Amino acid sequence: MAVQTFKIPESIKKDMKYSFCPGCDHGVAVRLVAEVLDELGLRENTVAPASIGCSVCLYNFLDVDMVEAPHGRALASATGIKRAHPEKFVFTYQGDGDFASIGLAESLHAALRGEKVSAICINNTTYGMTGGQMGPTSLIGQVTTTSTMGRTVENYGYPIKIAEHVALCDGTAYSARVSLDTVANIRKAKAAIKKAFEVQLKGLGFGFVEILSTCPTNWHMTPTQAHERVRNEMMKVFVPGVYKDITANNQ
Amino acid sequence: MAELTIGKKILTKGNYAIAHAAVLAGCECYFGYPITPQSEIGEYLSVKMQEEGRAFVCAESEISAINMVMGACSTGAKAMTSSSSCAVALMQEAIACACTDELPVVLISVMRGGPGLGYIYPSQGDYNQATITGGNGDFRTIVLAPSTVQECVDLTYKAFHLAHKYRNPTILLADGLMGQMMEPVEFKPYPYEEIDNSDWALTGAKGRPARSIKSLAVDADKQCEHIKNLFAKYKKIEENETEWEEFDTEDADIILMSFGSPSRGVKSAVKELRKQGLKVGFFRPITLFPFPSKRLAELAQKVKKFVVIEINMGQMVRDVRLAVNGAAEVEQINKPVGAPIDVETIIEEVMRMS
Repeated sequence: MAVQTFKIPESIKKDMKYSFCPGCDHGVAVRLVAEVLDELGLRENTVAPASIGCSVCLYNFLDVDMVEAPHGRALASATGIKRAHPEKFVFTYQGDGDFASIGLAESLHAALRGEKVSAICINNTTYGMTGGQMGPTSLIGQVTTTSTMGRTVENYGYPIKIAEHVALCDGTAYSARVSLDTVANIRKAKAAIKKAFEVQLKGLGFGFVEILSTCPTNWHMTPTQAHERVRNEMMKVFVPGVYKDITANNQ
Repeated sequence: MAELTIGKKILTKGNYAIAHAAVLAGCECYFGYPITPQSEIGEYLSVKMQEEGRAFVCAESEISAINMVMGACSTGAKAMTSSSSCAVALMQEAIACACTDELPVVLISVMRGGPGLGYIYPSQGDYNQATITGGNGDFRTIVLAPSTVQECVDLTYKAFHLAHKYRNPTILLADGLMGQMMEPVEFKPYPYEEIDNSDWALTGAKGRPARSIKSLAVDADKQCEHIKNLFAKYKKIEENETEWEEFDTEDADIILMSFGSPSRGVKSAVKELRKQGLKVGFFRPITLFPFPSKRLAELAQKVKKFVVIEINMGQMVRDVRLAVNGAAEVEQINKPVGAPIDVETIIEEVMRMS
């Protein structure tokens, strides 16, 4: 008897053309978002802003209503949508450059206002779409096209720890950092996304997940090497975990 | 509650008149950041919008405010922001984006002096900023310029109507004097029909394919087609919506032109010059885009000279020159910032020119 072991989520467009680089974690992250939208029955009630960078393609993958926000402004756009239609489900899917560099003000103020929206931030320590320049999360010592001698504190300052910053905002209901380097971690990532969506549905406040992701193309690594870098270098600076959860008993 | 004011004549200043008209026009969301000389709009709406159970957000910046407006507008909601000069400068990327996205954004721009921080005295230095804008690419904004507090009301209504009718960002371009000046006004009910937006608004992909509103255009041919469609829409706006005020133009040798609050003094100057026997007419564009170019081109066939009076170093005058296309002389009376040029000075200058 045949058993179905693989199914494309309903929230993924049927005519979707995959456009991420081989080995990039965006594909896994988008799939997790789609699965959670399916499981919570949100697809038909969602209006979501798209952001700028590799994440801009989101409307090519997800079968939900989307409006593309200018670079960094996804959470301002999300605020506008949610305030106009509090009954809609609203989430953003942004890169670290969009969320934490050009859009840091929009991001943190949405969290401070306790906007009842959810945000997912892909942290791959580089500007992927423009070809691997230094970003707000690039690690100390990281070689990029704009830090060719490696990121030094003297010249470039420090990388931002996004999930910790978001957790400090009083309007945040949930903030976590996850990775996609192992099956176990992918499962944890999905649970975190679900939690960030649920706090919105319960009207508790801002829900946030930072996802540590690979960029094999711009890191000049194989997918396996890239996941090793996530484990051995990124996780030491960007420690995975739940930084705030107002629904947890021990907080 | 706002409806209680309908039909009553009250004395109020331009900023409050605009804000109250927005409520009566059915504005569902206000997002804004304070800047003089328009802060009363946000202050007033912080009370009124919440009284009416509508959305009001103090945005962390003008950039955020206009993007909130765009988000709300993507759902078809009536939404607006208000700002001034150096802060409207921060919104230029979003305005361009909203034009190509065809979002019905309403922006109240109450001009102050510039460039840079300038100061809070009145100015018309942002004619170019509103009509040409600093955004990237090919697009047009609809721009309406009130010259009385009553027009602040009527044109705020119209701004919401045109923004939604044409799915195009619409700017009400007032100045600090207009915003702060008190005059009696009457609030009539919102005179326009509601526009059906069910064929494009983002409401969730229920029982229909998902919609996306975006400016990223990776296919050059499709982008060409989209922009040509936008310009076909602008042509329709020019044909249908161009509005202006004129008098004493039929036999005029000289036509004095102005927009916004300085046109009040220009009107007095025209009347005085007529008394003194000069054949002078008055022309005031109410819509700055669409600009009344066609009517100006007609008038240029029989008029010797246009004198364009602005509180800037000559911005609208370029549109006048384009419209007149060499068929008549075009001269200017300008000062860069401050209160409108006084009637005596205009009369003196025009006498010298005639």
